[in-house]
Amino acid sequence: MGLKEIRTQIGSIQSTRKITKAMEMVAASKMRRAAERMNASRPYATKMRQVVSHMASGHLEYKHPYTLEREEVKRVGYIIISTDRGLCGGLNTNLFKKAKQGIADWKEQGVEVDIAVYGGKALNAFKRYGVVAEAVGLGDRPELTDMIGPIKVMLDAYAEGKIDRLFMVENEFVNSMTQTPRATQLVPLVADDLEALDYHWDYLYEPDSKEVIDALMQRYIESLIYQGVVENVACEMSSRMVAMKSATDNAGDMIDKLQLVYNKARQAAITQEISEIVSGAAAVE
Amino acid sequence: MSTTQLDVVSAEEELFSGTVKEIFAPGSMGDLGITPGHAQLITTLKAGELRYITEEGNMASLFVSGGMMEVQPTVVTVLADTAIRAADLDEKSAEAAKARAEAALEGKDPEDLDYEALQAELEAAKAQIQMIHKIGNTLR
Repeated sequence: MGLKEIRTQIGSIQSTRKITKAMEMVAASKMRRAAERMNASRPYATKMRQVVSHMASGHLEYKHPYTLEREEVKRVGYIIISTDRGLCGGLNTNLFKKAKQGIADWKEQGVEVDIAVYGGKALNAFKRYGVVAEAVGLGDRPELTDMIGPIKVMLDAYAEGKIDRLFMVENEFVNSMTQTPRATQLVPLVADDLEALDYHWDYLYEPDSKEVIDALMQRYIESLIYQGVVENVACEMSSRMVAMKSATDNAGDMIDKLQLVYNKARQAAITQEISEIVSGAAAVE
Repeated sequence: MSTTQLDVVSAEEELFSGTVKEIFAPGSMGDLGITPGHAQLITTLKAGELRYITEEGNMASLFVSGGMMEVQPTVVTVLADTAIRAADLDEKSAEAAKARAEAALEGKDPEDLDYEALQAELEAAKAQIQMIHKIGNTLR
C-alpha cells in the first residue's frame, strides 16, 4: 500500500470515529431522558394495577372478558415493539429471535398468529408473517395518541373472539449495559400481575360498573403498551450508546495499527532513498 | 379541617400530587364535589376542568381531557387521559393503523403510500378540532 493511500484511509477512519463518538454522546443524553420518562409513567401504571386488582378480586356481577381465561386457543395476537432505526447493536435481532420463537411454538400447536408492530424494524422483519396493524416513526418521545391504533385493532379482535390471547414482546431495561427481550401476556390478565387484596368493600360505580370497567381495562392495557414503548426507547438509546462506544474504540485501534504501518512504510522509503544515494555516490568515486 | 390526598397522574407523567380540602371534578354523569371522607367511588370523567382547594385555601385547576377518578375516603386518584378520546377517534386511529400495515405489506413506498391514511389523519384532526371547540364552548 502506498503512503498516500494509508493516509487517506486513516483520515476516513478518523472521521468515522468522530461520527460514532458524537452518536455515542447523543444516545447517552437521550437515554437519560428516556429513563426519566419511563419512571414518570410508573405512577399511572401502578395506580391502574391497584384499581384493576381490586376489581378483579371483587365480587361483581359483571366479569370483564379480559379477566376470563378462554379454554380453547385458536389464534393469538402478538404486539411487537422495536426501534425505528438501526445502529443499536443486537437489540432488535435478539428481540425478533424471541418473538419468532414464540410464534413458531404457537404454530407448532396449530395456532394462528396475528401480529401488530411498533417501529419500522419490526415491520420489515415481520412483513412476511402478515402484519395486521402498525405504528412507525414514534420518535424519541413517543405519545400515547400515536399508539392507540394498533392496540385498538388487537383488543377489538380479542373482543370479537378472533384472537384468544394477546402477548407483547419488548425489551426490558435492566440497566444501561443490559437489555433483555421479554414476552408478556397482556390479555387475559395474568393473575400474578395483580396484587392480592384482603379487604372486601366495593366501589360505587358511575355511570355503571360495566362502562367503568371497560374504560379502565382498555386504559390499563394501553398504559402497559405505552410503558413497553417508552422502555424500548430507553433500551434503544443505551444499546446504541454501547454499540457506538465499541465502534469508537475499534476505530481508535484501527487508526493505531494503520499509523504503525504508515510509519514503517515511510521509514522504508527513506532508507531506500538513502541507500540509493549512497550507492550512487559510491559509483561516482 | 380534614384533608384528602389528591394524585393526578397520566400515562405520560405525574401532573399533581398534594393534600387538598375539596375537589370538583367533571364526572361523566355530572360534576362532582369531593370532600374528605367520601365513599369509595370510581367514575369516568369527561373533558373539563378539575378544580381543587389546596390546604392553604387557594383554588387551583387543571385541564383533563377525560379519564377515570378513583375516590377513597382519604385518597383521590385521577387517572387522566393524555389525549382527547372518543370512540370514533379511536376507531379512526385503528383504521389508520390497519391501512398503514396493509399498504406496507403491499410493498408501497412509505413516501407515497398514503393518500388514504393521510385523509384519515386529516379527518381525525378535523374531528379533534371540533371536539376542542365543543369543549371550549362548554367551559365558557
